[in-house]
Amino acid sequence: MIGTGILKGMAVTARNFIGSYFEKDRLITVQYPEERNPLPENYRNFPFLIYDGNDAEAGLRCVACKICEKECPPQCIYITKSEDKKPDYMGKPQFYPAVFDIDISVCMSCQICVEVCPFEAIKMDKVFELSRRERFDALLTRKNELAKSNSYYHQIHPTEAAEVDAKLTEAAAKKKPAAGAGSTQPAGASPSQTGG
Amino acid sequence: MNEQVLEPIERPPTTMSSRLEGELMEVSMGPQHPSTHGVFRMNVALNGEIVVKLKPVFGYLHRNHEKIGENTSYLGSMPYTDRLDYFCSMTNNWAYALSVEKLAGIEVPERAEYLRVILAELTRLQNHTSLLGFLLNDMGAWGTPLMYAFREREKVLDLFESLSGSRMMCDYMRFGGCRVDAGTDWIERAKKVVDAFPRFLDEFENLVVSNEILIARTQEVGKLSADLAINAGITGPMLRACGVNYDIRKVDGYGIYPRFKFRVPLGEHGDTYDRLMMRVLEMRESIGILQQAFKQIPGGPVMNPKVKIRAFRPPLGEAYGRIEGPKGELGFYLISDGSGNPYRYRVRPPSFVNLTILEDLCLGHTVADVMVILGSVDIVMGEVDR
Repeated sequence: MIGTGILKGMAVTARNFIGSYFEKDRLITVQYPEERNPLPENYRNFPFLIYDGNDAEAGLRCVACKICEKECPPQCIYITKSEDKKPDYMGKPQFYPAVFDIDISVCMSCQICVEVCPFEAIKMDKVFELSRRERFDALLTRKNELAKSNSYYHQIHPTEAAEVDAKLTEAAAKKKPAAGAGSTQPAGASPSQTGG
Repeated sequence: MNEQVLEPIERPPTTMSSRLEGELMEVSMGPQHPSTHGVFRMNVALNGEIVVKLKPVFGYLHRNHEKIGENTSYLGSMPYTDRLDYFCSMTNNWAYALSVEKLAGIEVPERAEYLRVILAELTRLQNHTSLLGFLLNDMGAWGTPLMYAFREREKVLDLFESLSGSRMMCDYMRFGGCRVDAGTDWIERAKKVVDAFPRFLDEFENLVVSNEILIARTQEVGKLSADLAINAGITGPMLRACGVNYDIRKVDGYGIYPRFKFRVPLGEHGDTYDRLMMRVLEMRESIGILQQAFKQIPGGPVMNPKVKIRAFRPPLGEAYGRIEGPKGELGFYLISDGSGNPYRYRVRPPSFVNLTILEDLCLGHTVADVMVILGSVDIVMGEVDR
């Protein structure tokens, strides 16, 4: 009979409408600024730099090797290597980035910089409310804005951060005898893979 | 002053019938029209309301994808493939990874193969769901079916987000495996989503499939003959709707697809209704594949430890890797000259090839049908223009 198909469809609409009052599954809208869905742990947005300890300048893990700058597909990272060396978190003299900028209007959140970094120095952030009033300078994040502490990293990616810390302490334990023998190689033989 | 009396000009009679008879009207549909699925334009010549000529115009979203691919490293192209067909980033990743693996002869661990199948079939589910929603939206069923479809699609996207970190730009697969492992809790969540999916499909079928208006709008509209489809290189659900049994999962058996039992749904008439139903049936088969994969998935690593993803240099040679994407055959053709960048990087996008026969489908139909036919072709402009 003509019209039964339409009535069947109407019944589905009615079931969804009434069901939205009783079933959580049918009413999924979240009223965003007031309510928020929790972000998944793996969520990634833009990169940031990790420092150990309390001093963002002294504890920065980045040694300005420029691998991420080279590998970044949209070329949004700008690094200038320092002239002098300063001791890194393990006490060895290392170069550090004099300038480290990430243009977040260019960045496409692919996290290739995280994967290729041999020093576990760059990780993905979870901050996504980044609207700014200016188009140019405000979206070019500088080194001091990018540097965030290791405890912040533990806060946003707990499992991943624990793995990274375990890897770093293992590498440090391995390096100790070698450093005693007078090796000047930088500590950074950890594999380029993250996560696992 | 020069006084002159204007003589009356002879005008043709201004009745409607005499002016319009036999005259074609050219209409430019798009590129900002909401039902053209992005920035796509059609120059249509109309006789009254009947289409007599249709010329697709595209290129508005051209981003130089292939040239960028030739200037970045093999790893650097992976996130760009997400942006081809932004509905199906997981299958795009897989197709690219597959061709690089072919080029360099890389083995993929067992667990990674299973994860790839799971993610590809989830992608098929979410692509087909959103297609059904959009198609009905184009037909004038404004809002409701699309919102029901997007509600389901979002569940799949939540899975993608918790696994890869991003809803749509997943960038999850690598040549030699997958980037991160899926935990047991993720597998459990995915199982729940897949188990609840048939309920949505039943509901959706009740909602629209027997609807008289939908049948009147889609049956016998935009018929595609099997001969034309084969000659034009049409692939995917569009080809199978004409009754041609060609599914690359069966033909090539790439990955571990030969291990799964599934049927390939075939249409009979090749009209819009068949193309719509083809998607519903394919989703039911995908659910079957997913349930088998969840049962069989082994433990182990997800990444081949021998593969160096950074400074990756494949040997000299060329390779064409293709998969059955949700929209059709998606292939990547790579030529390597031994350096860090591919010498040639070519994408064979299903949407673009499927779009070439749009005029043949639309001739003789009304303007309103053009939108329905275009919706049933299932295009994404990111992939058509590249």
